[in-house]
Order: sequence, then structure tokens, then C-alpha cells
Amino acid sequence: MSQPLQYNPPARKIIKTTCAYCGVGCGVLATVDEKNRSIQVKGDQSHPANYGKLCSKGSALAETVTLKNRLLKPSINQQECSWDQAINEVSHRFTQIINDHGPDAIAFYGSGQLLTEDYYVANKLMKGFIGSGNMDTNSRLCMSSTVAGQKRAFGSDTMPGSYSDIERADLIVLIGSNTAWCHPILFQRIRVTKEKRPHVKVVVIDPRETTTCDIADLHLPLKIGSDVALFQGLLHYLDQHNHLDQAFITEHVEGSQESLESARDYDIKHTANLCNLSEAALNQFYQWFANTDNPLSLYSQGVNQSSAGTDKVNAIINCHLITGKIAKPGMGPFSLTGQPNAMGGREVGGLAHQLAAHMDFATPNDIDRVARFWQTDNIAQRKGLAAVELFDNVASGKIKAIWIMGTNPIVSMPNANKVRQALHQCEFVVVSDCILNQDTCAEANVLLPAAGWSEKDGTVTNSERRISRQRALLPCAGESKPDWWIITQIANAMGYSEAFPYEKPADIFREHARLSGFENHQEGRFRAFNISGLASLSDQQYQNLLPIQWPVLPSTAPDDVNGTQRAFADFQFTTPSKKAHCIALQYHAPVNATTDEFPLILNTGRIRDQWHTMSRTALAPRLNQHKPEPFVEIHPDDAKRYQLIDGAIATIHNQQAKMQARIVVTSTQHVGNIFVPMHWTSDLSNRGRVGPLVNPVVDPISFQPESKSTPVAISLYEANWHGFILSRQRLANAITDYHVEVPNTDHYRVELAHTEAFASSPQQWAETVVQSLYHTNTDITFDKLEWQTYQDSSQHQYRAAVFYQQQLEAVIMIGPIPKLPERDWIPQLFSQTEISYEERLALLSGRPPNGSSNVGPIVCACFNVGENTIIDAIQTHSVSQYQQVGELLKAGTNCGSCVPDIKRLIKKHT
Amino acid sequence: MNHSQEQLVVIGNGMAGMKTVEILLSANPGKYQITVFGAEPYGNYNRIMLSPVLCGEKDIKDIMINDRQWYTDNNITLHAGPTKEVVSIIRSTKHVIAKDGSRVPYDKLLIATGSNPYLLPIPGHDLEGVIGFRDIYDVKKMVEYSKQRKYAIVLGGGLLGLEAANGLTQRGMHVTVIHSRQTLLNRQLDSHAGKLLQQALEARGVNFKLNVQTQDIKGDTNGHVNAVHFSDNDTLPCDLFVMAIGVRPNIALAKTAGIHCDRGIVVSDTLQTYDPSIYAVGECIQHRDNTFGLVAPLFDQGRVCANHLAEHGVAEYFTLPTATKLKVTGINLYSVGNFEEGSNTESLIFEDKALGVYKKIVLKNNQLTGAVLYGDTRNGPWYQKLLEEQLNISDLRETLMFGPAEEPSQVKESVQ
Repeated sequence: MSQPLQYNPPARKIIKTTCAYCGVGCGVLATVDEKNRSIQVKGDQSHPANYGKLCSKGSALAETVTLKNRLLKPSINQQECSWDQAINEVSHRFTQIINDHGPDAIAFYGSGQLLTEDYYVANKLMKGFIGSGNMDTNSRLCMSSTVAGQKRAFGSDTMPGSYSDIERADLIVLIGSNTAWCHPILFQRIRVTKEKRPHVKVVVIDPRETTTCDIADLHLPLKIGSDVALFQGLLHYLDQHNHLDQAFITEHVEGSQESLESARDYDIKHTANLCNLSEAALNQFYQWFANTDNPLSLYSQGVNQSSAGTDKVNAIINCHLITGKIAKPGMGPFSLTGQPNAMGGREVGGLAHQLAAHMDFATPNDIDRVARFWQTDNIAQRKGLAAVELFDNVASGKIKAIWIMGTNPIVSMPNANKVRQALHQCEFVVVSDCILNQDTCAEANVLLPAAGWSEKDGTVTNSERRISRQRALLPCAGESKPDWWIITQIANAMGYSEAFPYEKPADIFREHARLSGFENHQEGRFRAFNISGLASLSDQQYQNLLPIQWPVLPSTAPDDVNGTQRAFADFQFTTPSKKAHCIALQYHAPVNATTDEFPLILNTGRIRDQWHTMSRTALAPRLNQHKPEPFVEIHPDDAKRYQLIDGAIATIHNQQAKMQARIVVTSTQHVGNIFVPMHWTSDLSNRGRVGPLVNPVVDPISFQPESKSTPVAISLYEANWHGFILSRQRLANAITDYHVEVPNTDHYRVELAHTEAFASSPQQWAETVVQSLYHTNTDITFDKLEWQTYQDSSQHQYRAAVFYQQQLEAVIMIGPIPKLPERDWIPQLFSQTEISYEERLALLSGRPPNGSSNVGPIVCACFNVGENTIIDAIQTHSVSQYQQVGELLKAGTNCGSCVPDIKRLIKKHT
Repeated sequence: MNHSQEQLVVIGNGMAGMKTVEILLSANPGKYQITVFGAEPYGNYNRIMLSPVLCGEKDIKDIMINDRQWYTDNNITLHAGPTKEVVSIIRSTKHVIAKDGSRVPYDKLLIATGSNPYLLPIPGHDLEGVIGFRDIYDVKKMVEYSKQRKYAIVLGGGLLGLEAANGLTQRGMHVTVIHSRQTLLNRQLDSHAGKLLQQALEARGVNFKLNVQTQDIKGDTNGHVNAVHFSDNDTLPCDLFVMAIGVRPNIALAKTAGIHCDRGIVVSDTLQTYDPSIYAVGECIQHRDNTFGLVAPLFDQGRVCANHLAEHGVAEYFTLPTATKLKVTGINLYSVGNFEEGSNTESLIFEDKALGVYKKIVLKNNQLTGAVLYGDTRNGPWYQKLLEEQLNISDLRETLMFGPAEEPSQVKESVQ
């Protein structure tokens, strides 16, 4: 077995890399202190995605480079082992299962967090050599409707535009995208361009009145899932009002007639009815779209995560095609990808119906072509199973072994409890990950420690087709290894060493680039994804590769640093006829409608400061403060109807599962809809996983789950008591029915609620809890702790603070209702070596002693600026513009995602 | 003498009487020609500051309120000293007679004769070295003893007794406090706070003998106390025996004059006695069955009485709950209202043992009825205000224990 490359410390201390999170793909400048294994990050001013800006998550990357909660050693059935043993075990079991049950009894489930090189090797091993199509990825959950829609329209999964279109568009339409929170840096670019060019209109199409609406000229709070109707209505309007570009249609579009025909019934009245919108609002949007030469339609998961996801994508593209407003500067349909390498995964063929390099099982000769390139006679002959079906097959036992790479399906999949059950009974589960305590690891037979962001090295592709290098900053932690290395070792052990000769990521990248150009001709099998211009990069050139947009043809590369800004600029699409396709569509409501029993629609999505299942972002204390707990947003009318109280806990349930979340009553929600963030895992919250409730309904074309529309019921959780604990030591286990952990810098916050009354007294309970915290601590013993208590027995209030010498160790607050003292001020006391007399006496009130300041809830996560500090600045300096707050406090000047909050504060306090 | 002026005679040169005069002087200056009789040979001093004087923290001149010059400046005739003690009030002819025979007529008479320490009538109570703790004379005596003698016994674990014990300990004596109950300051503290106080005083060297009665005081051949014998058969050596078990209204003069008295001189809500020309304030009175020992109500009485003497005639006196503080440096305690717990009361309790802080707030029908603060008394005046105003504290309850949201406005601080 070949040893992995030794890590060579970089000559320079400052390394350019890319962010680990969303699909914007921001460039990051990391200053590395290898000796202390620490880094500092800032935005890379030369990166064309972000020009030096970073959002709150990106700004906190340095805090996630910790060995806390890292998976550092391989193990087999919870027994630590050597890499050789682990590799032997995996290859042996895989080989055995293939021999006994055939290749389709094995599956790989990858992730948009994998680098292109990792992905390529995994896909090659499964589809090319094991010989099954069963390689799918969590991109199925976020981008597959776009993949399918673009393929239907353009003949390939190719997004035509560039981020620079934002600065050139005169109408920006944001569809199903809370850009402000999910793609903050692009939102910043939109905000800035609108400020510089005030005539630019922004339309937000989203059932929720999200923070993104802050810059909207028009918000269309459409009924969940009715996007197809809305855009069919637009298509009809454009037709009726003679806004078609007949010349463009004739030259470059097929199917327009059928498509327009299909939209015939969608007059404004009918459409307004279907979408539950006013005719006037619709009319306004349609007029703007019709009368703007360069409309840009940015869309994201509100479009994709739907049983009509593919149709929604095509409904948007149709409108751009028949008006010819596509593939030109400042206009066109523009998919915002969710993950840092969602697009890279699609390029290598990470989805089960894809083969490799934009070739697939359905296109004649592609299988043969790839087989010849890979020199294999065992290539899969048909597409594999998409995520939901794949895990169904794990559950039914048809799939007997699965390898999960860098993702957490027990949290993120629909009907996630079924996924947990499926993995639990699966014969052989391999998990390669960088995180120790993610839910899925618990079900693994073999755990393989993977290199994490800051250690791995390769390329990613962002939403605008831009390939950027993600570079290693630090040596791999513990015994962890890059994913490509792990997969290569298994492939070698399974006997495919000739086809997997890789020694470094550059070897893989060159092969991937070569494959993209293999038999790729305008006159023959023409694929838009072609980076053969990068196929002969030297190791050094690869190391220094600047961000570049594909396609990159040999004629332009490698010196052209820009690549191709606009795909299809010549309007030659990747269909056999070279014409784009308009698709005839009909609106269908989400598959599962509400019933008397489940009268509300559950919508899911992201919050500003967390990423996916929080396994990394929750390591950065400041990212846990914006929204510390799982929550459910509900309209005041519904809250009244279901007797829910703001700040209390709700139980949400359906046939599949139930969960609990903190209630947020807000009129930004539609009546009849509720919103729950997707992030919480059972590691941090014992009842906060929303995945188990999400219906496993999928789009019939893309097989993407309908994660944004599940009928549920809601009720108030009538806990006997509520409470929270702030403690320096971590509670080993959940000790109450409702338990949410919020890691902070030097302490943990736990929000609690319990159904049963205390067995004896809150005091005794608190003592038991503290005893358990100091059970294993040798320096501090329970009897050395000093207690402060406050009791209002008839109101069932109990509060305690525990000190060791002058230092605060723990605070426990308990009451009969959710309203408890504030948690804003106490946390800072944990960092003090000494607590003053005044602070100590004020502590259990949750308020600082008179005369000292409480910064309040953190508003700006980038610069850690609290609400009270901002209010104070607003009042002291008579602030009227949010920019002034930035000048005074820096708040809002980095990622800008808190600007709407700052504006709200200015409005309220002037 | 200005003949248009009425004559006001004040018997008693203490804090209550002089507070009344002070207010009267500003409320209706020149209405009266004022004559003051005082048995002590001083101007008017702040009796509640005697403890700091005993401790040596303050000097007598520090605690003078009005020196003789003040009387002169305000045109008040002061008759001070033992010979000027008023011995009778002749109501029929409206004049008073002093020990030295001097007679002063009055139109209005204000009796402010205060109280006398209660001396337990046990065998030996008349021995040399058995004293009360009431005036400068007593303090001087205690200071003298502490310079020459060793053993002091203080009878009474109330405010005065503990202050005396602390002072004598600081002056180097071996002091034992005798208390008939288990809890010190049992009128002001609950048993928990009482225990904390005891521990704090013990740490300063004060000894305690609780739950015990004093049987008799033994004397030497010179008629000086030398030992005390207790109900538990214990005997302790004793050079100085300080009785601090309370005071009795000084009503002898009023009673002799035929003014209606019960435990004290009975007054109406305007501080008028049964004789319409005669008013009374301070520790000598009995108002709606209450007698008084702390300074705050005395000042309130002075305000009301002055109002009527000035013939403004609008004020009424009513007794407010009074806060107590112990004047022992380094020990903070504050107690106000009724903190007895009953079936319809609710208690909020805060404790930080290591800090030596204990606080209890008692509520009834969402109103504050009492508070005991030990160790941290800063919110005391606020609680007293809430108590006086009978505010509904439902909205404050969450943070009541931790004080007002804003810096407390300078609420008048009541002291003993």
C-alpha cells in the first residue's frame, strides 16, 4: 500500500483558499500559525466571488479549526484500529457482498462538501469498477431539480451566467431564496448595486417575509409550491402583451409553442388565485419583467426542494427563453447552489443518474465512452438509486453495504428516523467524516477519519461555474486522511490499483479534466462541461491555479485566468439541435395536502449563522448566539388558533415523527404555514431534528425531496418546568425531555424543559446535576464549590449559581413557565477570573448590576456587537442610516447580513 | 418678651422634642416664645449614635445635633442639667415647675420625656457596675470600665445590647451576651439571619449565652458586681453588667399631672394628649396602642406635631413599618415590616453563604409585608418604600430580590 503524501508545510504563511460553506464560493485569505495549529481568516480581495468580503459563517472559519469533536482515528465496531485494518475490513466486506449479492448491493452516498477530486475517485470506483450506479449525494437534496431542469432546457446542467450579472441587471428576481442569510455575500452585492443604481428593482418571491425582503421593491408571498403557476402566468402575460422575442425563438428555441399553449389558462386572475396573491402585485412583477431588458432570476431551494422542482426551474427558464433574455450580460436564470462543491459533484457525475463529466447513462454511447476512458470492463450499465430510494433500499435490505462520505443523512434526509433505522439494520455501514459526534457516525461499523476544511486540498466549483482551489492550511489532524486517499486505498485493496494510481489531488484533477474533453466535439457528443484546457497543468500550475470559470478549452487555457464568463454566449445549446427547449408545464400543488389532522404546512430552511447539520459551525461560539435553539415560526392567527405562546415550546408532529422547538410568533409567516430550521441534530438537541417529519415525497424527474411542504400538526408542549443551565463543564447527557445545547466560548448553555415534576426538589435536582458535572474533574470537587441560591417557592422559581474560588462555574435557572432571566449578560462572566461583589449579587437576576453595561443579544456576529450597544450608539449619535452604525461600531460592515436588523433598531429607537 | 407671642414649653431636650421644634421654627417662625427643659447637661445630641461613640469610632462632639449656640440663635431659652428637671405640671394655671423651683408658664406644652431603660428587678440590680445603655453618662461609664476591668455581661440580644457588646469587645473587654431567646434580634431577624449574625459577632470575639434567664447578680464586699448566676446554674465572672432589655416610656411626670396615660402618654393622631393644650411626641407616647423605640417614627411624629403647633392643622400621624439597622461596622443587616411566615404569605429567599449574604422577602396578596436583609442591605430602603406604598409587586416579582431596575432614587434612609 502506498503511503499518503507527506504534508509539506507551505512556504508562505498566508494561503489563499475557499470557504467551506455555501455555493457562493468565497475566496479566503488564511494566515496560518502552524505551530499553534491556529489560523486567522479574511476575505480574499482578489477572488471574483467576494472581492474580500466574508459572511458571519466564513468569518468564523478560524474558530472551527479545532480538534474538539474531531474524528481522529479509524475504528471498526467502536474499536480503534490501524488504517491497514480499516481498509482491509472495508475492501474485504465490500468484495464479499459484491460476490454474494452483486454490485447493486453496495452504495456510496457523498456530499457537496467533498472536493471534486474526492468525488471523482468515489464515483469512478462505484460506477466504473464496482459496476453499480449507486453513487448518489446530498446534492440530491439541494440541487438535483436544477440539474434536471437545466438538462431539459439546455441539454446539460449548465448555468449560463456569472455573478457579475448582478451588477448589470436592472431587475433582480429572487425566487425561493433567503439570499440575505443563505448567500450573504451575493446579497451584499445586490444591496450595493441597488444603492449605486437606485432604479434597479428587486422582487422577492417567497412564502415567507424573510430578511431578504429588506431590499425588496416588491415581495410576492406566494402560496407554498405555487411557483410554476406564477411563472406560467408570466409566460402567458409575456405572450399576451407581445413581449416574445420571435427572432430568438425561431433561431434558438424549441417547444415554445407547446409551452405557451400550456400557459394559456394562467391569466392573472386565475394565477393570482392559485398563488394566493393579489392581481395588482402580480401585474406589477409581470410588467417589470416584461419591460426590463435585463432581468436576472436568482433561485434556490424554494424552487428546488419541491415535488415540482424541475418544473419550477423550467418555468423560470421558459420566460427567459421566449423573451431571449438569456446568456447575455445582466440577465438570465441563475441557480444559487447550496454547497461549496455542489456543482463540482455534478461535474464528476456524483448523482446516481450521471456517469461522469456531464455524461450519463441515458445518452447513447456515453457508457462505452467512459468505459474506454477508464479502461474498465465492469462499468455500470444503468443509473443507480437516488437518495430517498437508495435509503429505502438500505431499509429493505437490498442494499447491504453503504459508505457515507462527509454528510449526515440521519439529520438531513426526509423521514430521517427511517434512515436511522435503515442504517441501524444495514449489514455494513462505513462513514468517513471529520466530525466525531455527528448522528450518522453512531450507526457506522467502520469509521474513517477524514481530513477537514483547512487540511484537505483540491478544487471546488461555485454557483457561477468557477473552479477554485481549496488549499490545505494545516497538516491533517491525528490520523485523518484526505477522502481521495481513503477511497484510493480501498480501490487498491479491492484490486483496482491500476486504475487508481493517484498520489496527489493534481493527478486526479488532470484525469478529470482530460475526461471532460474526451471525445467532446461540437459535431459529435458535445458537452458544455469541458475543462480539458486544464488537463496538462503541472503540479505547480495546479497548486497556483487561479479561480477560473468553465468551460476552459485548450485554446484558452491555462493562461486565461477568467475562463468562460458566459456559457451559451453564442446561443449554441448542448442539445442535438443546439436549440434550447421550452417545456410545456402545468401547476401541481405539493403532493401532500393538509388534512384536519395535520392542518399546517411545514416549511424548512437555513438560518443565518449555521451551516447544514451544524457539525462545524456550532464549533464557533459566536455562530451559536444568533439563533441558539431550534425554533418554529408561526403566524399570530395560527398561534392563537393552536393556543401557542411566543417563547414557549411547541410539539410538531405528523404520521412519521414528532419534534419540539421554541415558538416564535411572527406575521412574516403565512397563515397555515410554519417554518422550522433544518440544522439541529440530536447531538445538540434531543428533540430538535426536523428531518424525521419531512415527507419523503420526491420530484418525479429529479427525485429531489419536497422538503418545504409537509403537512403537520402543532400543539403547545405543556412542560411541568422550564429552565436553563450555563456551565463551564459539559453535561454528558440529556437530562430532561427537552434539551438543547448551545456551545459557547468557555461554557455551555443548555435550554431545558421537562414533562414530569421534580422527584424531590429543584434544589436537590440542581445539586445532582452539578455533582455529575464535577464527577470526573480532579481539580475541583463538589464540596469545594460555593453555592448561591434564590428561591421563590410558591412560584416554583429556583435559581442557583455555583462558584469555585472567585470564578463562576455554573448557573441554573428553573421556573414553571418559559420566561426566565435573560441569558445575555451572564455568559461574559465565565471569562472573568474574578467576579465582583456587585456582579455576584446581581447574577441570578440575569441583569448586570446597575451602572455596568449589558451588550444585549448579539446582532452582528462578525464583530460581536450586541443590540444594546447598537441602540446606545443610535441614541447617542442620533443615527439615521445603518452605515453610521457601521462607522461607529463596525457592525454590519463585513457580511452585512445584520443590516436589516440594524435598520429595524434605527427605526425603533429614533 | 414679645407679648403677642404665645409661650411654648418643651419638656425634654431629646431628638423627638427638638425635631418638633426645628420643624416648627421653619413652619411658623415667631409664633412661640420657646422654653426647653432638659435633664442632661448638653445641647441636643443624636442618641442613636451612642454606639459608635462607645466603639471609639465617633466622639461626643461628632454626634451633637444642636449645640447651645443654636438655642441662642433661635431665641430659645434652654434649661439644661439635673437641677432643671421639670418636677410638675400645673395644668390649672398652665405652668411647669423645675427642680430648682423655677416656674415657666405655657400656652402650649410639649412633653418629650422619652423613655428609661428597663432594669430587670432581680437580686443585685442595684449593685455598683450595673447600668443601662441610654445616654452619654452610660457610655462614659462603660468606657471607664473597659480601661480597668475585664469581664462584661450584656443582658439582651437586641439592637442596643449587641451594639454595647460589640463596643465593649472592641474596647478589650471579655463580653458575654445573655439572651432569653434562641435567636438574636428576634424581633428583627428570622432564625437563619439571627444565626448568621451570631456567627459574625462570635468571629469578632463576642460570646453568647442563649436561651437562659439571669437569676441574680452577685456583689463583692464593696457592693460592686462580681458575678452573675443563671437559670442553667452556670455562673460567670462579671465586672460590668449592662442591661439592654428594652425601654419604658417615661410617663411619671405626665401621670402625676393627671394626663391620661396607659403604657405611655396616650395621644391622638395629631399628637395631642387628653389635655388640648398639651402635646406629646417620642418614646414617652402611646399612639393607637403602639409605643416607640426607633428614631424614624419619632421624626414623623415631630412633623405632625409641629404642623398642629403651627396651627396649620392638616397633618395626621400614622405608624409606618420601620426599618432597623445594626450599627456594628462591617455587619450589615436591615429589617423591615413583618416577616413572620404564615399560611397566606409567600417568601423569596436568597443566600450566598460564602459571601455572607442572606435575604428574605415576605409577600402577602402580592404586597410586600416584610424583609430581612443580612450582608447586603442596599435594597432595604426600596423595600421599605414598596412596603409603605403598599404597591402591588406582581410585575416586579421576578427581579424584586435583586433591586430596582434603575439606580434607586435616594430614598430616605430610616435608621434606628
